[in-house]
Amino acid sequence: MSACLDICELSAVLPNGQRVLRSVSLSVQPGEVRALVGESGAGKTMIGKAVLGVLPKSVRVVEGEMLIEGEDLGRLDAKARRNLIGARTALIPQDPLTALNPSRRIGAQMTDRLVRILGWSGERADQRIRQLLDEVQIRDPERVLKSYPHELSGGLRQRVLIAAAFAAEPRLIVADEPTTALDVTVQKQILRLIAQLQREHGTAILFVTHDLGVVAKISQKVSVLYAGKVVEEAETAQLFAAPQHAYTRALIAATPRYTDPYASLKPVDESVLAGLTAEIAAADNDWRPGHG
Amino acid sequence: MDEARIARRASSPRLWLAGGWLLLALLAAIFAPLVAPQDPLAQDLMLERLPPFWLDGAEPGYWLGTDSLGRDLLSRLIFGGRIAFIVAFAAATSACLIGSALGLIAGYFGGWADRIISRIVDVWMAFPPVLFAILLVAVLGTGLSSVILAIAIIDWTRFCRVIRAEAMSQARMDYVESARIAGYGRIGIMLREVLPNVLPSVVALLSLEMGIAVIVEAILSFVNLSISTDDPTWGSIIAEGRLSIHQAWWVLVFPLITLILTVLSFSQFGEALKARFDPVLR
Repeated sequence: MSACLDICELSAVLPNGQRVLRSVSLSVQPGEVRALVGESGAGKTMIGKAVLGVLPKSVRVVEGEMLIEGEDLGRLDAKARRNLIGARTALIPQDPLTALNPSRRIGAQMTDRLVRILGWSGERADQRIRQLLDEVQIRDPERVLKSYPHELSGGLRQRVLIAAAFAAEPRLIVADEPTTALDVTVQKQILRLIAQLQREHGTAILFVTHDLGVVAKISQKVSVLYAGKVVEEAETAQLFAAPQHAYTRALIAATPRYTDPYASLKPVDESVLAGLTAEIAAADNDWRPGHG
Repeated sequence: MDEARIARRASSPRLWLAGGWLLLALLAAIFAPLVAPQDPLAQDLMLERLPPFWLDGAEPGYWLGTDSLGRDLLSRLIFGGRIAFIVAFAAATSACLIGSALGLIAGYFGGWADRIISRIVDVWMAFPPVLFAILLVAVLGTGLSSVILAIAIIDWTRFCRVIRAEAMSQARMDYVESARIAGYGRIGIMLREVLPNVLPSVVALLSLEMGIAVIVEAILSFVNLSISTDDPTWGSIIAEGRLSIHQAWWVLVFPLITLILTVLSFSQFGEALKARFDPVLR
């Protein structure tokens, strides 16, 4: 059985030649949650965007392959690729404030996609949406469906977005820091919801985050990213028990602990970063597009 | 929620005052033959320069007085409103359609489309608008349709610039990205996701532009380049009033007040409508 998502040696550059992704390989098996962890600017969101076919125009993929359920995105024409991505993937975005169209009612936005893209009848779409709103524990679906986004709280909007992501039964969901923009108290509920729906629907998730605490709670496997390069990849439990790479160890050590709130925060050690930067520079010198 | 409600209340008197004046002026213009107390073209030198009704020497039936040819000022203003409103609606709507469509395309698609449209707008805006209008009417010939065409040709850039900027910021929003991921085509996204969000601005600008069209028409009438018939227009009444300002100030002042009230009402009405339509402000 082919992997749900397979990324092979993916490299991408900016117009000035700077590499933003360096031969990234990772795969997500069906029903698995793969966390993608790294500092801001490490390229984790970029990978998510690449999978969903919405890279910024300035970023150019120079080599590598992306396969969704065995189908090579690079071999499809633009329309077929869009259809494939539209039918099999979904996004849970970072900021629930800008992810919903402010001038359209929630209900219309949610059913629209099922009707127009998947060709469902309006009635079926409506039923499906109500079922999903129930699953994300929205108690007054009538009000929510009739609301405009600005009339709902951030947490409620994020629930709506989670429901929308799962509604079309995608095989793969890219969750791009879905809890970062929320209150700490709401974060936990949202995380639990995503985990619960993921289990029930058996959807694979590529979970992009900078928060190792979130990684530990939700994922089975982790890829640690630094400067667009995967520095370590492991089962989640194993990563925390025995981190192999110095950067991973430093990252784990830098995580604030609630059990000891008065301990000073440790930044990632300079020498570790210096070592990594040298390693990456050496690799860049050897690298030619197409021969990576 | 409370803030939104306060904003709505605050916009209400504006909306009703501006809308009320516009409705009154519009109805008067539509039903001008029924409403106007006199024939706007009837001259009577026995009645020249009659003052408005509250001054000594006023004649009943000539509420705002008469001009130097003895024509009833109020009737001329009412009939002048016809041309003002026709020009306002036709010219502003045409400018709006051209400008908004190009602005939406430039802002949403970016790239070459944006570069070409933006350069055209830059060149367009380098012309002084009133001189451009006078030049255009001189070339197209006077008449109602030339005036409308000239205003549309000059003023589409106002819509284009604003709508381009708005469409650009909308295009960067996450919901546009989500729609792309879901598999919508670009034109579908532009019409379904972006357009509804720029619509409040389009409405506000449209109303503002109607006011501007009224002014431009008045300016063209003033320099005798608007419609060349004897029909009264606000601009031509102002032009005549200017000549007799020392003997009959009312011939200048009343059309000016009408013009100012109308233009102000259009812009205020647009702003108030925008506040109503905008789901975030609402």
